[in-house]
Amino acid sequence: MVEHGDIRVVHRGGSKINFREPVITNDSSFLLCASGECVKVFSTSTEECIHDLRGHTDLVTGVLLKPSNHLQVYSCSADGTVRLWDFTDGILIKVQLDSCIVFAFTVPHPTLSVMHLLTKGKDEKLFQLVAVHLPQSGDQLVEARELSAVLSDVSSNPAAITIGRGGEYFASAKGLQLEVYFFRKQKSYRFSLKEGNKKGGRNTFTCVACHPKDDCIATGHEDGKIRLWRNFNHKKEYTYTTLHWHHSAVSSLRFTPEGTNLLSGGVESVLVQWRYNQESQRDFLPRLGAAITHITISPDGALFCTSHSDNKITIIQSCVKVSAVIQGLVKGESVRTDLMVDPRSKAMVLNGKPGHLQFYSLQRDKLLYNLDIVQQEYIHESGLQQFEVVKAAFDASGNWLATVEERKQKAAELELNLKLWEFDEQTQSFVLNTTISAPHEAQITAMCFCHAADSQTTMLVSTSKDGHFKAWQLATPARPSWSCDFVGAYHGLVPKCCCFSADGSLLAVSFQEVVTVWSPSSWELLTTLSQPPGAIRDLCFGRLSCSKYLLGTTASNLLCCWNLLTCSCKTNCILEHLHGHQPAAVFVFKPSEPRPLFSHKAVCSGKVTRAVFAPREDMLESCEESSQWLNCSQLYFLTQYMDLMTFITKAEEDRLMASSKQLVIDDSVAMTPFYLLLGKHRQQQQENQDTLSTLSAERTPLPQGSVAIKELLQTPAHVLPSTSFLCSMFVQSLLISESKHAEEEMESEKEEEDSEGEMESSTSRPREASLAGHATETAALALTKAQARELRRVKKLDHSWLSGLLDS
Amino acid sequence: MASFKPTKIQVYPKLGEKVTQDTLYWKNYKAPVQIKEFGAVTNIDFSPVAPHNFAVTAFTRIHIYGPFSQEPVKSFTRFKDTAYCGRFRSDGQLLAAGCEDSVVRLFDVSGKVALRMFKGHTKAVHVTDFTSDRYQIVTGSDDYTCRLWDIPNATELSTYQEHTDYIRCGVTSKLNRDLFITGSYDHTLKVFDARVDKSVMTMDHGQPVESLLLYPSEGLLVSAGGRYVKVWDLLKGGQPLVSLKNHHKTVTCLSLSSNGQRLLSGSLDRHVKVYNTTNYKVVHNFDYAASILSLALAPDDESIVVGMTNGILSMKHRKSPEEAKETSGQPRRRPSYRVFVKGKNYVPKQDDYLVSKPVKQHLAKYDKQLKKFNVSKALDTALESWTRLRKPEITVAVVKELDRRGTLKNALAGRDEQGLSQLLNFLIGNLVDPRFAPVLVTAAEMILDIYQTVIGQSPVVDRQLLRLQELLEKEIDYQRDLLEVLGMLDTLFASSLPKKEVPCSAISRSNGFKRQRQTYGLALVF
Repeated sequence: MVEHGDIRVVHRGGSKINFREPVITNDSSFLLCASGECVKVFSTSTEECIHDLRGHTDLVTGVLLKPSNHLQVYSCSADGTVRLWDFTDGILIKVQLDSCIVFAFTVPHPTLSVMHLLTKGKDEKLFQLVAVHLPQSGDQLVEARELSAVLSDVSSNPAAITIGRGGEYFASAKGLQLEVYFFRKQKSYRFSLKEGNKKGGRNTFTCVACHPKDDCIATGHEDGKIRLWRNFNHKKEYTYTTLHWHHSAVSSLRFTPEGTNLLSGGVESVLVQWRYNQESQRDFLPRLGAAITHITISPDGALFCTSHSDNKITIIQSCVKVSAVIQGLVKGESVRTDLMVDPRSKAMVLNGKPGHLQFYSLQRDKLLYNLDIVQQEYIHESGLQQFEVVKAAFDASGNWLATVEERKQKAAELELNLKLWEFDEQTQSFVLNTTISAPHEAQITAMCFCHAADSQTTMLVSTSKDGHFKAWQLATPARPSWSCDFVGAYHGLVPKCCCFSADGSLLAVSFQEVVTVWSPSSWELLTTLSQPPGAIRDLCFGRLSCSKYLLGTTASNLLCCWNLLTCSCKTNCILEHLHGHQPAAVFVFKPSEPRPLFSHKAVCSGKVTRAVFAPREDMLESCEESSQWLNCSQLYFLTQYMDLMTFITKAEEDRLMASSKQLVIDDSVAMTPFYLLLGKHRQQQQENQDTLSTLSAERTPLPQGSVAIKELLQTPAHVLPSTSFLCSMFVQSLLISESKHAEEEMESEKEEEDSEGEMESSTSRPREASLAGHATETAALALTKAQARELRRVKKLDHSWLSGLLDS
Repeated sequence: MASFKPTKIQVYPKLGEKVTQDTLYWKNYKAPVQIKEFGAVTNIDFSPVAPHNFAVTAFTRIHIYGPFSQEPVKSFTRFKDTAYCGRFRSDGQLLAAGCEDSVVRLFDVSGKVALRMFKGHTKAVHVTDFTSDRYQIVTGSDDYTCRLWDIPNATELSTYQEHTDYIRCGVTSKLNRDLFITGSYDHTLKVFDARVDKSVMTMDHGQPVESLLLYPSEGLLVSAGGRYVKVWDLLKGGQPLVSLKNHHKTVTCLSLSSNGQRLLSGSLDRHVKVYNTTNYKVVHNFDYAASILSLALAPDDESIVVGMTNGILSMKHRKSPEEAKETSGQPRRRPSYRVFVKGKNYVPKQDDYLVSKPVKQHLAKYDKQLKKFNVSKALDTALESWTRLRKPEITVAVVKELDRRGTLKNALAGRDEQGLSQLLNFLIGNLVDPRFAPVLVTAAEMILDIYQTVIGQSPVVDRQLLRLQELLEKEIDYQRDLLEVLGMLDTLFASSLPKKEVPCSAISRSNGFKRQRQTYGLALVF
């Protein structure tokens, strides 16, 4: 078995965006959050991911705005580095190496120029809080040696450590103890609580927040209580008041920047706003969808942002209105429905939020929508048995969707519902057609539609642990609805899986070691196939040229292939090494050949749990034999830790990389009156300075694509600048320069210098590092000249208003 | 922020009658028009010609009603005693009627005074009919004779003295002018041919015959007597074809629906049953307020007219197509027009700032309470007597929802005697209903757990608990019997169908097992 060098495993979407609390930039227009190995920048108004900040080699564990420069952001990662980014253009500025694993940032200290990190030694168990002095050197790679431990033995949860008013003290909670460390006095006070009270409340601390203006620490507890601590600079005379609304653990607490309100959230998925000093007054924002894990407040206090356990970030405007929802691939505990591909939208379908199916677009790496299957109010309470979607199946044309939901109560029997959804052309979504309650006596193990495209009747087969398999057929008296057509069994054995052949003429149902083949038209048992050692785990018919083969995997690591024309077992491939130590491997077979076409060992950490072939939108034209199987479709697989991965060829990767570089960051500054006053002035000045260069810089080959035209057409009329100003821009955009590449190059270089000069004037900090980074980046990108110029021009446009502000 | 999802009320398949084409057809009548006559309505006859007036014989009068009138168009009142059997001639011009005073009268429909009086019978005449040549009248009387009369001369042509009891019904053939059939209280039907002087065929009904009906083809004869309706094949020499026993009192009248596809029978048990004439199965059933004596259908089933013993004549007219459509929608009271129009026709001015108003979701009362997590109140709302009695599925759905939320115990607990007895009443009413049993068994177990300590404190609750126990014991016995039957059926199937799977029995058996297990479990708690 050969390892293929040019086929690579890549992460494809689905990484967590709720792992750490996100950061909102000072102007409230961007939201940055750690997502897998990169930092994602989202727009708060459009919910779109603007770009990724890539560079870390391990999980990013924290994001923090640089206190002295609000256009830069620090990120720390489990690879032991802290990086500084300029997030508007996404260029790496500084790398700092550490000798230990960094777990999170804490709130920055307002006066000291140190960064406090939650770290763990490579082989230690305990977490500690260390302070790092950032060396002000221009090198790209800096080693930080002077680590000074501030607090040792702190909680691993970054929400349990915070800095108090004016940076005077640290508050850290672990277990049943709150520790307050004063910088001035270099002294810490510890306050302990009893383990529980009479009513069984558990007092363990879960999170801590400090009031920004007042000496007050708010702590959240496991039993849902919030305690407000005061007078904690004395060992004995401390006091606390208790607030109680949450019924289970408070997972996040935040004070608003002015300190007037306290926000709290937990499993209930209700954002609670308490008035500071008037705690009886509360505001609620209920039904946010899933348990709240983090709360973030923008520096001006206008936007709240809550992270949820279903991999979602909700942006809330002043605690009343949800303005945007950034949703990643929802991750439940497990994917009980298999991965499927919706034949219509080509979206991947799997379990989503509790009781929902999610449709995830693989091409755009974006959640399309969640289909509510259970249609019941979800009660956010841990330990409650809820309905879960356990099986789903699409028919060949995507007109019908069958889902099974089940709820297992503690003592009573199973509740099962089989639902059939019809695609509605008008609303472009699935509409419930039939609900069959208790379709089987026991859990449904498998379900599949008849795939024949031209057949008159639509048929669904479900197998269950009660020893029967049932065929459901669409009956059309007046209004189409589904009813049971046939019930079959085989010697009282439990059926495990079922599969229709590609033309719909055969149905294979596996009963432990035996595969039975039925004819769906007459419901006759045609033949039985068996492969004694090990029960059948999965069954699949071949397609197209291989439609005569029936494939099955057994519990004893055997892949069997039966030829249905001769009813003989053709190939046995024993995958022994699966047993061994190699954690995860993917094999790709052709049904007619016993040797795997492709294999990849150790694709990921943990097991590969599910895989699906998703059709490509445009065929890949790869002539290499080794990667031909990736031409028509792409193999996506899901790991034990719910990471979605895929295989990608070298050529495709290069192509993707190139296309991603072409994307222009279109985040132009809003046309405010303020901008018009200053920005116009500035731009005119600049035009006078270098008429020639800007003239040609404004030019683009097509007038329609020009920014000037776009601005002219898309800006509301009442905020447009004067016609005289626009006229020159418009005319310029129509001009076609005679000079070609030779001249262009010179001009663009010149322009680059211009832009650099402008940036220097606008921000007074030395920018050598950024310059260097910039230059190398441009070289590496290998952009076409026109694109590079476009990029730079856009960049200039963004900063012009700022520089104008500083100049005046 | 998603909106609150209301509790889902499970829609159960309706038990009892299925909606078929027949039920739709026979339900498509307007509310009946009822007219009080002076005495029992003994006969109704539709005029064969348009506009299809009908003659109603009641007490000493015969009224003729128009197809849609509620007042008689005409009445014949010149009877000395009770009139019987007013029948139209096939051209709709003449009407013959018998009388208690043994005189048969013949009226012109447009006139008032009898045209002819046929005297010769010695007792009340209950049967009169015109022969198909329109010139003769057949009469049957309580003096055991039936006679044939000539209309122009008003003379008696022949007398048949074969019956040995009252003759109470008879029909003439529409195809042959010489054939007529009579039915008598001596349990026999006799077919007479005027060309010979005795009966040509005799059939034994087994009960006093009350009504006779010939099929339009005249191959089949239907007779009603006692609780039976019997169909005879005349072409096979009077061989009995079917015997129907669907009424539980004497069947008094018969009628064919005009296309001959359906047969209607009215009875003293106050029901009219509709049979399919191909398989003689009852396809529909009408209920009336009193015992039915007479029944007639207008051509094309435009109306059903029924006469009853208490003198009430009930007329049902078929709905016109547009009316039928109207009632298919729910005749629900809707808010007035003004509510919808309010503010809708206001045109915003140029600089008005439009504030979009969120659409308010309407929630049922129990849903509102569930939304606020007021679980006890929600259960109280669902247990209100109207919901509990009329829509138990709502109550069950709320109980199920509470169970799903894990708060059913809280909602059930802390009730006083009245509340508890209300709850127990509901359980007694619905616990053994197979649709509700899975949910209610859980609830019942919880109730018993919670209120174990208060048993013996209230006689009301104790009595109800005892009733519940009895109910469960009965249900267990019933389930055991059912299982025995299923076992027998399995044996039968196994012996009759070798090798084939018997899915139905297997499934229903396990259903039965489950239910029994549930009820056993609950019985053990007692």
